[in-house]
Formats: sequence, structure tokens, C-alpha cells
Amino acid sequence: MAKIIVVTSGKGGVGKTTSSAAIGTGLALKGHKTVIIDFDIGLRNLDLIMGCERRVVYDFVNVINGEANLKQTLIKDKRTDNLFILPASQTRDKDALTKEGVERVLNELAKDFDFILCDSPAGIEAGAMMALYFADEAVVVTNPEVSSVRDSDRILGMLSSKSRRAENGQDAIKEHLLLTRYNPERVEKGEMLSVEDVKEILSIDLLGVIPESQAVLNASNSGQPVILDTDSDAGQAYLDTVERLLGEKVPFRFLTVEKKGLLKRIFGG
Amino acid sequence: MSLLDYFRSSKKTTANTAKERLQIIVAHERRKRNSPDYLPQLERDILEVIRKYVDISPEDIAVSLEKRDNELSVLELNITFPDDKR
Repeated sequence: MAKIIVVTSGKGGVGKTTSSAAIGTGLALKGHKTVIIDFDIGLRNLDLIMGCERRVVYDFVNVINGEANLKQTLIKDKRTDNLFILPASQTRDKDALTKEGVERVLNELAKDFDFILCDSPAGIEAGAMMALYFADEAVVVTNPEVSSVRDSDRILGMLSSKSRRAENGQDAIKEHLLLTRYNPERVEKGEMLSVEDVKEILSIDLLGVIPESQAVLNASNSGQPVILDTDSDAGQAYLDTVERLLGEKVPFRFLTVEKKGLLKRIFGG
Repeated sequence: MSLLDYFRSSKKTTANTAKERLQIIVAHERRKRNSPDYLPQLERDILEVIRKYVDISPEDIAVSLEKRDNELSVLELNITFPDDKR
């Protein structure tokens, strides 16, 4: 049985696509056959973050309309085994996604894959609703900032009322909080909401905390999911996140300010 | 802890302000989300009826519907009357 996971947030620019790319790659690294679907019709970007933008031939809407089959459309990742990308279309209007069409594609993917990751567009319009509708689990990407937290709470409301599981009276979607762009120094100064603050307001389980990191921009610049940068704090934090998603108990890291030793203070670093 | 930290901690941080504001707005929006669509109109109608007799403002009335079990829902109506006129 494939597990369908939506990566969502409400607010834009908080790190949905970065997180989808990282988590999808992480699941594949762990040996699970994974496909990441870009639901942002009209504003495709997952391909760029994954570094496969020049290999896109067909897209999600082509498959839904029967103009191409999945085999022709899925892009196999060149770096990571078990990993595939289903790109969004760039030209069609967003009404191109129908519930029946999306369901048919998901059912076909479910025969072959362990994990189906749905990278949601921002907002609460049709595209975002479609990305979360069929989900079994949800990763709610949130920045420690007021508008992002508020929007996340709205999305949590949607997850519990507007999903297939809610409509069919099945068990609720399993919700996970992924806090990104976390800056422990600013938290310590009282300038940023802490992990505990956000957890308390949203009251959902914490899946991961990704520190604000230079590595994220470097990764997207070069089209390489940040999780592959295993030396970086963000890469390691995403790896921890993936392990927790798979049910492992992993302690949280990068939550506190790193104490600088005397030498570092003198010589910098 | 240095003297500077002591003074800093006595001041309310912006993170605290953010948390308080969020707790209030999120609680408010959750209540609204979980209530049926007809509730705002019901509130307006009740307000109109009461206004025929007593001069109250929209802030003086609070309507909420709480689901206790699958079988029981409680409609709670809170109206604050002004002191002088009755």
C-alpha cells in the first residue's frame, strides 16, 4: 500500500518545495520507492529544485488528459535510486486538475510506489485542495513567524474537513509539523517564536526543525536537494526528519545556539 | 546571567507578543471554523429582535454552538445588557 503524503503550508515561500525535494530524496535513500508530484500547476518549480528542469517532456496534466502515459512522463532522478518526479504543467490553467483525474493517476502510482509525495501550491485554492484531498499524512511546513503559523492553522482546518478521509469518515489525516528557517540565536534573544511556542499554538506533533541555513540556497542554486549535502546542518536536520517520518525515534538537533569555544571566539568561524 | 540580561528579561519580547496575538486569533478562527454557516446570520437576527426593546451593540452579543456528543449540540447565547436602561 502506497502512502500518500502532502507537503503543505497555506503561506507561500516557507519551504514546501525545498522540503518535498529533501524528504522525497531521503525516503528514496532509505530504500523506499518514491515519487514526488508537483501540484503547482502553472508555476512548476520542483523540477528546478531537483535539477531535472531540462528533462521535462510531458507533465501531470498530460497524464490526466491521456496525452501521455506515466512511463513517458515520470522523470527518474539521476542521483538517487528509487526516486521519480512528476512535474507540473506550466501553461495550462489550474482547473486542469480534476478530482477523478488526480485519483486515477494516484491509483496507478500506488501500484508501483511506496511513497507518493504531493508538493502543494501555496494558498487555499483548488490546486492546494487537490494536493491534500487524497492524503494519508500531511507535513505542514511552517516558519516561526505570525502569518505562517496562522496560515498553517487554517490548513490544519482544511485537512480535517476537506479531505477524502474526512468526507468518508475514515481516520483523520496524520498531521506533522515541520518548522523551517529556525534561528536559535533569535529565539534566545526573544525575537523569534520558539519550537515550543509554535507547537503549543498549533498543537500537532513535531516532525522536524530545519535551521535557517546557507546550505538551502546553495542547494537550490545547484539543483540538488539539500538533504544530499550531508555536511550541512539543514541536510542533517532533513535526514532526521525523514527517519522520524519512518517511525524512528531521533533526538532533535540544532535547537540551541552553538557555544563558541575560546579559539573560535578569537579566530572567528 | 549578566546585569544586561536581567534588564532584558524584564522587558516583554516581540516573540512573546507574537505568541499572545497568535493564540487569540487562532482560537477565534477555530471557533468560527467549527461553527455552522448559518450562525452569523442567526446572530444578526437575534441582535435585531433584541434591539427592538433594548439598545445593544453587536459586541454585546456572543453566539456559539458547541457539540458535546454526536447527539447533543448546545447553543450558547451571551448578551450583555447596558446597566442603566432595562
